[in-house]
Amino acid sequence: MSNDQKQHMIKSFKQGVRFDERGLEDFRKLTISCKPSKTAEGSAVVKLGDTEVIAGIKMMVGTPFPDRPEDGVIMVNAEFLPLASPDFESGPPGIDSIELSRVVDRGIRESHAMDLKKLCIKKGEKVWIVSIDICTLNDDGNLLDAAALAALAALKSTRFPGYDGEEVNYKELTDDKLPLAQEPIPVTVYKAGDVFFVDPTKEEQKNVDARLTITSLGDGNLCAMQKGGEQPFTLDEISKIVDLATKRSKDLRKEIDKL
Amino acid sequence: MSYTKRKDNRGFDDFRKVEAKAGVIKNADGSAYFKIGNTIAYAAVYGPRELYPRFLQNPTKGILRCNYNMMPFSGMGERVRPGPSRRSKEISMVTQKALIPVLDLSEYPNAVVDVFIELTETDAGSRCAGICAASMALADAGLKMRDLVTAVSVGKVDDKVVVDLDYAEEAYEDGHVADIPIAYIPSTGEFSLLQMDGIISTDEFIEALTLAKKAMPRLYEIQKKALKEKYLLFHGNEEKGEKNE
Amino acid sequence: MGKLIVENKTIVVPGETLAEGMDYLPGNGTYRIGEKILAEKLGLVNVDGRALKLIPLAGRYSPKINDTIIAKVIDVTLNGWRLETNSAYTAMLPVKDATAQYIARGANLTAFFDIGDHVVAKITNVTSQKLVDVSTKGPGLRKLAGGRIIGVNPYKVPRIIGKQGSMVSMIKDATNCKITVGQNGFIWIDGEPKEILRAVNAVRMIDENSHMKGLTDKVKEFLQVGGEAK
Repeated sequence: MSNDQKQHMIKSFKQGVRFDERGLEDFRKLTISCKPSKTAEGSAVVKLGDTEVIAGIKMMVGTPFPDRPEDGVIMVNAEFLPLASPDFESGPPGIDSIELSRVVDRGIRESHAMDLKKLCIKKGEKVWIVSIDICTLNDDGNLLDAAALAALAALKSTRFPGYDGEEVNYKELTDDKLPLAQEPIPVTVYKAGDVFFVDPTKEEQKNVDARLTITSLGDGNLCAMQKGGEQPFTLDEISKIVDLATKRSKDLRKEIDKL
Repeated sequence: MSYTKRKDNRGFDDFRKVEAKAGVIKNADGSAYFKIGNTIAYAAVYGPRELYPRFLQNPTKGILRCNYNMMPFSGMGERVRPGPSRRSKEISMVTQKALIPVLDLSEYPNAVVDVFIELTETDAGSRCAGICAASMALADAGLKMRDLVTAVSVGKVDDKVVVDLDYAEEAYEDGHVADIPIAYIPSTGEFSLLQMDGIISTDEFIEALTLAKKAMPRLYEIQKKALKEKYLLFHGNEEKGEKNE
Repeated sequence: MGKLIVENKTIVVPGETLAEGMDYLPGNGTYRIGEKILAEKLGLVNVDGRALKLIPLAGRYSPKINDTIIAKVIDVTLNGWRLETNSAYTAMLPVKDATAQYIARGANLTAFFDIGDHVVAKITNVTSQKLVDVSTKGPGLRKLAGGRIIGVNPYKVPRIIGKQGSMVSMIKDATNCKITVGQNGFIWIDGEPKEILRAVNAVRMIDENSHMKGLTDKVKEFLQVGGEAK
């Protein structure tokens, strides 16, 4: 988009008019559907307006890392599938999908969302490996928040497969849920010119100068962050972003709590 | 031994429950969703669009590229490692060959039409589900094509010739099994995909193909109906009205 | 005797039989196989006496000579500009067809059109290999400043313009916006932010409901009630 149109967007945003009917601090309509994929041990589709993301959980048994013999393992991977946008190309993960998966990973890992000790089967030998795969279905902006919500919803829907000490039985899932102690919820605040807003459409996102993702917990604490874009932030701006992000995360949490 | 009853009580000549929908991916020029039993395929078409690198271009007509991919959690059993495998590359190739006979891309020299097929969940028959979704997506993209392509697998389980094997049937151990994925062009009665693995007699093989020809028109009707539903405007309006409430 | 299988104005998909027998003639978007006439595209059947044709409902834009399009500058070359046209092909805008103004050899071309700029251009030539040439010399052809550009299904463009431009005029009048509709499905709208949004929503309404009966009245009503709801 040309600079001209960017200026136009900023002018419009300053009057509180976005590219759709929302206010600057409003998310699009969020819908979460659980268990869209029966082959996954847990899965969820998240829609934010026309952005659509699917996350699936596969549970495997493997060996723990030598320095953490009692801890289970979490892996997060994101695929920006070319199905989801004319801008995504086939091939190995690009930096955007790597960043996204790492931000989601940090939110889950650093909040100790999962009690990894409870994923231990036999110390030093066998632990559960929880593999979180996020795939895009349609990109209409703000993939990051949608992806993290999908990952969280998928984790919540997960049931352990059967395990007899030798082999995993994927055909019959048990009633056991993952040991989720925290539910980290990310909200990314975007900035264009000197205007701040959340959940941009793709058309709006093209004009973004900077963004800050704040992942927060139910108790209000923050557990992960990521700044993106090429413009820096002042302390005042960051404080304003944190306020807005924690405010919005409460709304999103209500949706997650319903699951 | 004899194979007397299918798990879901369907007849030997029945396919599993099918759901189809067109226009499921907003960004795409054409798209479709096709679910058969517990196998779910999404297909998105992008194009005709510019093709790079240039040496791939054909100056006489546009080319069709297909890409079949299983999402990492879509396999029965363990996680499927992301990225192309030998299997997915071969399926992409036969999918392209199954679809190209109906397509006319002569108006688009040097350009490409990309088809991306993604499986979110599989229980056998995924390449056929992918082809069904892809042919709907191509039509939804407004491309010039002689016909839709319909696909389902047929085969043999023990002593029975059957339509649309699920995973349990493919893994049947008490007798011979053959799996024959087929794509079919209804208007001409031609087959554009034919693969087989397993063991089957010549007579049974022809019987299986005949059974496929009988099952195809019913699948074809589902594809047609789903495509029209997207464009049936009153229906569309009502749906949109509801969404905004 | 020939027999018509589908009625006028029905939606058909590729491969669907439209008529049987030799009495009917296959037109655009249809083909004959033996005694039958089949659809070759997804579209709306148009029966005109014995001639059958399809009005396409979907598909990307295909560049045609004399079309006025909105295109985006993606490259500046030695002798002109390369434009993105919302189709499978880019277009070339040669220096000589850019402006009535004299451009000296070696002049800084970005002073006229820079990368990222949008222009209203007319297609002057399309070769068999789809090399597309455009011009920005002529009435209404220009660089677009400000505003918002949205994309619509190019097959809906005639509906958005309306008979003798009636539909687009109605939106312009109701919103006080400047609107330029490109045949390639790009639409430029400029005005007061709130009004642009109303205009965008009106255009989207036509795009999504183009075959609805009484559409003009519905759009009119929509614009009168403020056009806040989509």
